[in-house]
Amino acid sequence: MNMRGRFYALAGEALEDDARVALVTAEIGVGELPAHPRHFNVGIREQLMIGVAAGLALEGMRPVAHSYTPFLVERPYEQVKVDLGHQDLGAILVSTGASYDAARGGRTHQAPEDVAIVAALPGWTIHVPGHPDELERVFRRALGNDDRVYIRMSEEQNAARVDGDGIVVLRRGEKAAPLVLAVGPTLTETLAATADLDVTVAYTVTPRPFDREGLRDAFGHARDVVLVEPYLAGTSTAEVAAALADRPTRILSIGVPLGEFRHYGTPAEHRAAHGLDARGIRASIDRFLTPNDR
Amino acid sequence: MATITTLGYDDLPGLLTRLTGDEKHDWSSLSTLDVLWVLHDRVLGPDDRFLLSKGHGPAAFYAVLAAKGLIPVDALEDFGSFTSTLGYHPDRVLVPAAGIGSGSLGHGLPIAAGAALTGRRVYCLVGDAELDEGSNWEAVQYAGRIGLGSLNVVVIDNHSSTYHWPGGVEERFVLEGWSAVRCDGRDHGSIEQAFAAATGERPHVVVADVEDKR
Repeated sequence: MNMRGRFYALAGEALEDDARVALVTAEIGVGELPAHPRHFNVGIREQLMIGVAAGLALEGMRPVAHSYTPFLVERPYEQVKVDLGHQDLGAILVSTGASYDAARGGRTHQAPEDVAIVAALPGWTIHVPGHPDELERVFRRALGNDDRVYIRMSEEQNAARVDGDGIVVLRRGEKAAPLVLAVGPTLTETLAATADLDVTVAYTVTPRPFDREGLRDAFGHARDVVLVEPYLAGTSTAEVAAALADRPTRILSIGVPLGEFRHYGTPAEHRAAHGLDARGIRASIDRFLTPNDR
Repeated sequence: MATITTLGYDDLPGLLTRLTGDEKHDWSSLSTLDVLWVLHDRVLGPDDRFLLSKGHGPAAFYAVLAAKGLIPVDALEDFGSFTSTLGYHPDRVLVPAAGIGSGSLGHGLPIAAGAALTGRRVYCLVGDAELDEGSNWEAVQYAGRIGLGSLNVVVIDNHSSTYHWPGGVEERFVLEGWSAVRCDGRDHGSIEQAFAAATGERPHVVVADVEDKR
C-alpha cells in the first residue's frame, strides 16, 4: 500500500478512535475516506477548508486537512498563515502529489515549492516521509499533539523504512568524508548513487524543525555537505549553513530546480530530468567533489 | 485595589476618549458601535463565541470589551504602542477576549463556520465591503447548504462596497439557504430582535444598516 492508501486507512481509524479528531476535505480523497459525522467535505473550497480547520481547532478539536499539494498550501496560503499560525491554532495538513507525482497533470498540479513556503511561516513541523511506515509514525505522533504539522506524501517511496527521529546516520565514511543528507523519498536513489563512494549517508523525514545538532554530529570532521531534497533545490540549504556556521563548509543542494518545467510524461522522467535519479545525483556529486584547478 | 467594573452604553464615549485621546470626536458615528454593544449586552450567552472578522477600526470593539470587563480599562491608554496588547487590528494571542486576530479581510466567517460545526453557537461580525472577499462566500455557501444553524453573522452595512450588492447583500445569503433580517443598525431594540429571529435550523444573517461611510 502506498502512503496515500495508508493515510486514508489511518485517518478513518483516527475518526473512530479519537473524538477530538476531525477531518476536513475539499473533494480530494472523499471517495477513499469514510463518511463520518466529523468528516467535513466543504466542496471545492480550499480557503474554507483551512478556515474550517482553524475553527475546529478553536473549539479544541484536532483537525486534519487533506488535498492535493497546490490546493492545500498554495491556494489558501494566507489562511495557513493567518487562520492557523497567527491565531496560534494547530492542525495537521496532509498533502498528496509531492513535486511531480502528477507529471501528466502539468504545472497546476505540481508544487515543488511547498516545503519552502510552509517553512517560511513560523512554528510548523514539516515531515516528508519516504515510506508508508514513516508516514504512519509521524501522523500518529501528530494526532497526539496540538502542533501545526505539514505532512508531505508522495507516490515515490524508498525500498525500506528508516526508524529514528531527526537526522539518522545510515552509513559512516572515513574521517572527513563528505556528508550526503537525503530527505524523504530520495533515499533509495541517493544510496544507489553513492554505493561506491567514501561518504557518510544520513537521512531525515523531518526537514523542519531542522535537526541542526544531528547534522553537526553526522558532519564530524567533514568539509563538504550534499543535500538531496525531493522538492525545490536549496529549501534546507540555509539550515545546513546555519548548523555549520562556525565551520568552513561547501554545500551542494540537489532538488527540483526553480523554473517552469513544461513537460508532461511520467514521474520517473521528471525525476531524471531534475537530476534526482541515482545517475543524476551521482553526476552532481562527482562534479562537486572534483577538484577545480582554476 | 483594581476591580473590574461593568459599565454601560453611556460610558462608551469616555472609554473611546481614553483609547484615542480625542475628546471632540462624535463616537456615535462608529459603524459597529451599537451592534457590538447589543451583542455583548443582550445577545451573547456565556457559552457563545463571538468573532470580529472586520478587524479594521477596532476602537468600538475595545471600548465594549472594556465596558464589559473583558479587558482592563487601563489597557485602553496606550492603544497601538509597542507594548500595548491593543493594536489597530486585534490579536487574540495578546487579547484572548478578541476571539480571533483579524485585519486581513475574509478570514473570520470561514473560521466561524468551523467553530459552529462543533455545535457551538457562534456570532461573526463582517462589513459589507469585506464581503467582496470570495473566501466569505465559500463559507456562506457551505453553511447554507448544510443548514449550519449554530452560525450567526452580522453584516455592518455602511454601503461601502465599491460595486455594491444589488438588491441588498442579504439576498445572496437567502439564496444560499440562510434566514436573513435587515435592521436599523442604530436601534438597539431592532438589532436585538433581528438576532432573535434566528431559528437554529439554518444559519442566520443580520444586516445592520448604518449611515454611509464618510
